[in-house]
Amino acid sequence: MSAPAAVFDHAPAPAAKACTVNPLKMSQPLGAALAYLGIAGSMPVLHGSQGCTAFGLVLFVRHFRESIPLQTTAMNEVTTILGGGDNIEKALLNIHKRAKPALIGIASTGLTETKGDDVAGDLRRIRAAHPELDMPIVYTSTPDYIGAFQDGWAKAVTGIIESLARPGTTVKGQVNILPGSHLTPGDVAELRDIVADFGLHPIVLPDLAGSLDGHVPDDFSPTSLGGTTVADIGRIGASEATIAIGEQMRHAAEVLTGKTGVPAKVFDRLTGLLAADDLFAYLSALSGRPVPEKYRRQRSQLVDAMLDAHFFFGGRRVAIGAEPDLLWTLGAWLKDMGCTLAAAVTTTDSPMLANLAACGARLGDLEDLEAEARDCDLLITHSHGRQAAQRLGIPLLRMGLPIFDRLGAGARIIVGYRGTRDLTFEVGNIFLAHGHELRPDDGTPGAAGGGCGGGSGAAPACAGACRDHHSITEA
Amino acid sequence: MEGLSNTVQEVFNEPACGKNLAKTDKERKKGCTQALQPGAAAGGCAFDGAKIALQPITDVAHLVHGPIACEGNSWDNRGAKSSGPLLYRTGFTTDINETDVVFGGEKRLFRAVKEILAKYDPPAVFVYQTCVTALIGDDIEALCKAASARFGRPVIPINAPGFVGSKNLGNKLAGEALLEYVIGTEEPAYTTPYDINIIGEYNLAGELWQVKPLLTELGIRVLSCLSGDARYHEVASSHRARAAMMVCSKAMINVARKMEERYGIPFFEGSFYGVSDMSEALREIARLLVARGAPGDLEDRTETLVAREEARAWSRLAAYRPRLQGKRVLLITGGVKSWSVVAALQEIGIEIVGTSVKKSTKEDKERIQKIMGDEAHMIEDMTPREMYKLLKDARADIMLSGGRSQFVALKAKVPWLDINQERHHAYAGYDGMVALVHEIDKALSNPIWGQVRRPAPWAAEGVS
Repeated sequence: MSAPAAVFDHAPAPAAKACTVNPLKMSQPLGAALAYLGIAGSMPVLHGSQGCTAFGLVLFVRHFRESIPLQTTAMNEVTTILGGGDNIEKALLNIHKRAKPALIGIASTGLTETKGDDVAGDLRRIRAAHPELDMPIVYTSTPDYIGAFQDGWAKAVTGIIESLARPGTTVKGQVNILPGSHLTPGDVAELRDIVADFGLHPIVLPDLAGSLDGHVPDDFSPTSLGGTTVADIGRIGASEATIAIGEQMRHAAEVLTGKTGVPAKVFDRLTGLLAADDLFAYLSALSGRPVPEKYRRQRSQLVDAMLDAHFFFGGRRVAIGAEPDLLWTLGAWLKDMGCTLAAAVTTTDSPMLANLAACGARLGDLEDLEAEARDCDLLITHSHGRQAAQRLGIPLLRMGLPIFDRLGAGARIIVGYRGTRDLTFEVGNIFLAHGHELRPDDGTPGAAGGGCGGGSGAAPACAGACRDHHSITEA
Repeated sequence: MEGLSNTVQEVFNEPACGKNLAKTDKERKKGCTQALQPGAAAGGCAFDGAKIALQPITDVAHLVHGPIACEGNSWDNRGAKSSGPLLYRTGFTTDINETDVVFGGEKRLFRAVKEILAKYDPPAVFVYQTCVTALIGDDIEALCKAASARFGRPVIPINAPGFVGSKNLGNKLAGEALLEYVIGTEEPAYTTPYDINIIGEYNLAGELWQVKPLLTELGIRVLSCLSGDARYHEVASSHRARAAMMVCSKAMINVARKMEERYGIPFFEGSFYGVSDMSEALREIARLLVARGAPGDLEDRTETLVAREEARAWSRLAAYRPRLQGKRVLLITGGVKSWSVVAALQEIGIEIVGTSVKKSTKEDKERIQKIMGDEAHMIEDMTPREMYKLLKDARADIMLSGGRSQFVALKAKVPWLDINQERHHAYAGYDGMVALVHEIDKALSNPIWGQVRRPAPWAAEGVS
C-alpha cells in the first residue's frame, strides 16, 4: 500500500506494511454495484467468480436489510483463461429471460481484469447477435486491486452518464443531483426534498432513496425496487444545473457538463452550519426564491443545538476511519465543533486528503486506526470497528458501510440543517454519556486517568464507565 | 495449478460419498455441484467454502492472499464462537495492488507472514489462495514451505481459489490442506479411551457448547473439533482420537474417510439437530468408542443420559404443542438439517408444507419421504418469486431458511426464522431443539403481524 507522497507534506507516511490488518476498505466492484442499484428496475452483474457476487450480496443484505438483486457471470478457471465473453452473453440472456430488468449494469473484478477481458468488444458482439436485449447495458471497469468502494461508485455513475446522457433543450427548474456513495438513502431523500422545496425539479442519479430506503412493495420484484428511471437519465442533459455531493462526484459532473453543457457545482460536504448555508444560498440563487421559512427555522434550531452541545465537544479527541468523502464530511464538521481529529485513516487517494493531512490523515486499515486512537474519546467507523472499540474501551459511532449490527443504517440523515442537528445530538449524547466524573481517589498522585482509554492506573476509578463503554460497543 | 487440479479431481472422486458412487465416471469428473449458470447463480466460491471450514480455528492467523475484495468485503461476518482466543476474528490480507498483479505478489506475501508472526505470534498462519494470485502464478505452496522453514512456525497453504468451484468444493479442499499439512504433525499431551473428533461442526452461535456438556458428563473428550472453537494444536494432534463423528452433510467427508484410512479412526455421519438425531449421535459415539476398547458401561451410561434428556426435552416441547399445533412451516435449507428437524417439529404438531432438497443426498430424500409420508413436498429448486407467491397466498405460516431469502418472507409479511450460518441462536442438541421451537413460537405470536397486514386507512375504499 504505497501512499501518495505528495499529499502528505505535513505528515510523512509511516513505513509501508505488507499485510493489511482488519480492513477498512472494500473493493471497487461493490461500489459500482451499489450505484447500479440506485437505478429503477436494474440488475447489477459482477463479471467475476460467483464468490465476488456472494460476498457483495451478503454485505449489502446485512447493511440495508433488504433483498439485493446482484448477479454474476460465474467465471471459473477455464472460462477465465479462454475469456469471459461467452459467460457475459449467457448471463445477459439469463437475466433478460428471468428478470426483464430496465437496465443491466456490469462491473469487472480483479479476476477478469487480470485476464484482460475486452468487455466493451464482447458487448458489441453480443448486442449484434441478440437484438432482443433491448435494455441499456452499462459497463464499468473496476479491478479489485485498484482504488476502493467510492471509486467504483463514481466510475459507475460516470459510465451511466457516458452511456445514456444526451444534450437537450434546457428545462427551467430541472436540477440534477449526483450524490456520492457516502450519502445514505435517508440523506438522498432529505436532499431531494430540500431541492424540491425551492420549486425545483430534481433528478437524482443514482437514487438510493427510491430503491433502498426500506419499504414494502406491493409485489415481488427480482430487480431493484425503485430509483432513477432510465427515462429520467435520458433527460439529465436538459437540466439547468447539476449539484454533485462529494469530491468523488466531480469527475462524473464534469463528464456530464462536457457531454451536455449542464453547468455543475460540487459541494464537498453538506454537514455543518456553514456547509449547509452554502447549499441553501446556492439553491436560493438558482431558483430565484427566498429560503423557505421551514429551513430558516431549522437553521435557527441547529444554531441552538450547537450552543447547547459545544460544551461537550470542545477538546474531545476523535478517531475516524472512513472513505475520503465521508472522512472529510465528519472530520471537518467535528473540527467545526471544537473537536480534535486525532487519527484519520481512509481507503483511497482523494484531493480531500490534502485538506486533512495536517491531522495525519492517511491511507490505512483499522489496525492503524486502533494504534493511533489509544487516547481518543470516540471512534467513528463502520461496524468492523467494533472489536477495536472494545479493546480500546471507547465508544464506537457506526458510520459508513457496512453497518450490520445496528438497525436503520440507510435511514440516518446527516445532511442539511436538520441532519446536522440530529448528528450533533447523537454525538453529543455519546460524549455526555462518556464524560469522566471525578471519584474520591482521583486526587491521589498517579491515579488520575483523564479517561478510560486504557491507562492502567485508572482502572478502579473508571471501572463503571468502562462497563458502559462495553455495553455500547459490544455487538 | 496442476497439483490443485489433481486435488480437485481426487475430491470429486470421494468414494465414501453415497451420492458420488451413484454417478458414472463422466458425471463424477464434472464435480459434485451443478454447473454454475452465469446470470442465474447463487452461492459462494471455493475460497468462501475454505474460509468457512477453517476460520473457526480460533488461535490461527487467517491470511488471505489476494486483492481487497476477498477479505475486505467479507471479514468477521460469521457466527463461529470462541471460548478463548479471538485472533480468528482479525482480518489479515495482502491487499495486493496493481504492481503486485504485474510483478507477482509472493514477496508481499512473505513479508506479510513475517509481520503477522512478529506482531501476533500465532501458533500457525493459514494462507488462503484467491483467483487473482492463482492466475498470476503465485506459488503459495512453495512460499509457505519456505516461510515455515525460515520462521520455524507452521505456515499452511490453503489452495482453494474461488474460481475452481463452489463453496462445497472449498470445504473439501480446506480439509485436504489439513490432511496434508496439519493433522498428525503434533501429539496430544495425553490420550484417553474416550477421545473423539467432531468433523464439520463450526460452533455457529456457540452450538457446540449445547452438546459438549453432555459428552463431558459421559466422560467423553472432544480431542478436536474440525473446526468449531478449535485450537491449532488440537487439530494437529487430532489423529489420536478413537472415533469420529461427521456432521454438516458431506462438507468434510474426505477428512473423515482419510483419517479412518490413515489412522484407523472409525467415523459415522450424524446430526445434533432434532431430539432423536441427538440421541442417535450420542449412542453411536459410545458404540464406536466401546468397539475401540472403551469400557462397556459407556453405552449403558449413554442410554441413561439419553432417556433423561429426551424425557426432559419432550416435556419442554410439549408445552408448545397447544400453541403450535397445526402451524404450517416452509423449510428451505440444505442437506441433512431438513430431515432431522422435520421429525421433531412434527412431533409437536407442526405441519411441514414443504422442504427443500436441493443439497440433500439420495438417502436424505428417502428419509424425508419416510418421515413425511406420501404428502412430502420436496422442493428441488424454488425461485424467490415462487416462494413469495406461496407465502403471500398464506400457504405457510412461517418460513425457516437462510438469510438470503429472509426478505422474500418479510416483504410478504410472513414470519421468518434464520436457520443458517449467520443466525444468532443456537439450535443444537436437546436444548437447541427447544430453543428452535421457542423461536418459532416467538416469531409466530409477535403482535406485529396483525398490524402490518392491516391495509392502510386510505386503501379501505379500494384505492391504494
